[in-house]
Amino acid sequence: MISMIEFTDITAWIHSLLLSVMTPTWTYIVELALSGVTALVVLLVCVIIMVYMERKVAGFMQLRWGPNRVGPYGIFQVIADVIKLLLKESFSPNRADKVMFNIAPALALCVSLMALAPISWAPGLTMWDTNIGILFITAISSMGVIGILMAGWSSNNKYSLIGAMRSGAQIVSYELSAGLSIVTAVALAGTLSTTGIIQSQADGWWILKGQIPAIIAFLIYVIASTAECNRAPFDLAEAESELTAGYHTEYAGMQFGIFYLNEYINMAIVSIIASTLFLGGWMPFHLPFDYPVVHTFNYIMDFIPTWMWFFGKMFLIIFFMMWFRWTFPRLRIDQLLKLEWKYLLPISIVNLLFAAVIIVLHWHL
Amino acid sequence: MKSLFNYIKEVVYAFVSLAKGLLLTLRYFVTIRKVNITEEYPNNRTTTISVKERFYGEVVLPHDENNEHKCTACTLCQIACPNNSIQIISKQIETEDGKKKRVLDKWVYHLDSCTLCYQCIDACPQDAIEMKNSFELSVYDRTKLIYQLNRPGSKLKEKPTVKEQQS
Repeated sequence: MISMIEFTDITAWIHSLLLSVMTPTWTYIVELALSGVTALVVLLVCVIIMVYMERKVAGFMQLRWGPNRVGPYGIFQVIADVIKLLLKESFSPNRADKVMFNIAPALALCVSLMALAPISWAPGLTMWDTNIGILFITAISSMGVIGILMAGWSSNNKYSLIGAMRSGAQIVSYELSAGLSIVTAVALAGTLSTTGIIQSQADGWWILKGQIPAIIAFLIYVIASTAECNRAPFDLAEAESELTAGYHTEYAGMQFGIFYLNEYINMAIVSIIASTLFLGGWMPFHLPFDYPVVHTFNYIMDFIPTWMWFFGKMFLIIFFMMWFRWTFPRLRIDQLLKLEWKYLLPISIVNLLFAAVIIVLHWHL
Repeated sequence: MKSLFNYIKEVVYAFVSLAKGLLLTLRYFVTIRKVNITEEYPNNRTTTISVKERFYGEVVLPHDENNEHKCTACTLCQIACPNNSIQIISKQIETEDGKKKRVLDKWVYHLDSCTLCYQCIDACPQDAIEMKNSFELSVYDRTKLIYQLNRPGSKLKEKPTVKEQQS
């Protein structure tokens, strides 16, 4: 391997540094806090980039420039918007259920941040390196609707309630086909640990090695996860043309800002999971063939650092989701459910069957 | 069996038609410099911006190079104006040969109440006023929207006499 500073060296150095000044218990607590804060900061920086990227992609796809007034190419537009949101009053309506109304955004954010724990960021850099990481993520991601439901119910507003109920129906439906796609990848890799899944792709990503079932599972996962994030063309929970703003109609200021942040954090997490399962997470692009040319190619690919692969794949899938948003019109609620129950779910079940046949017969590379 | 074939055909067609839309937006995304339709307004005010001649922006009283205008202060425009945006203030002066004559003192134009209906220009018998296609008219205080259209020291343009016309 190439000799460069790995993330494991940095964590080991921090660990020994902390041990030299405090007791092991305090070291453990400080490391917990430090890792949480670091993950949150990295994610917030990603969200800032994503909001700017979303507005630029939207502009370019609609034949206009997007933000270009605040700073060069409008890069400070997002910061200006955040400052505006922070300065606004957080207002709650008179007849709303005040306690539920105020804790709903925080709860939604908590649930989506919990899914960060088992994610493998780089070789050896995982907050909770457990052997059931993917199971934990599927369990948590279906809980994401609870904040939305609470917000819609406690607002005491018919638009909010309809939006929240739609979101509930949507997540219950699309969780199935997203789960089945994850099962396909897990069956190919043979493990539920995120680190293990990434390491099983050392000689080629699953989308390449897993033949056609892996490609179909990847497509279904991207569609279902777009629906789970409540993003257009599945943004029926917001549906600004019918429901004002859906479940966050009554929210203002930073409480609305947290819902907005939550949408982007969900997007980032879903993209990280998709890249972990199908595109090899932080693993460089390797070809699974045994020729001298391929070996050279694989060796050259190792020179690109792992964080670049990780964020590159993440932003590629985020770009796909933005691309969908600014191309397709919004589905009606019956079309949404028809797409899931009549098309995605049967196809993913049959696809899982084919994947099982391929795995049993060792046809995957 | 036929229904299963139709089901698969439907799914494949759906993906093909979705891919068509995605390719169109991707083409816009990568060729944005060529296909962009945005007027970058404050940056292009000296270069590519164009407003049609027929656009009704504001009423002006054109002056020629000798600082002379054609308004005879007949107040027909003031009468024609449906919302009193025009105030013609005239004064009496004595000409060289002892005659008393009424000339224009102030041509006051209230742009804040003007609806740009063109009736003053239709009413003007001398073609003294015109509509201009200017559009950057916003100011921070509405009192600044009251203009005096005749320039200081300007006077009525003398009509050419019959002799001059013949020669």
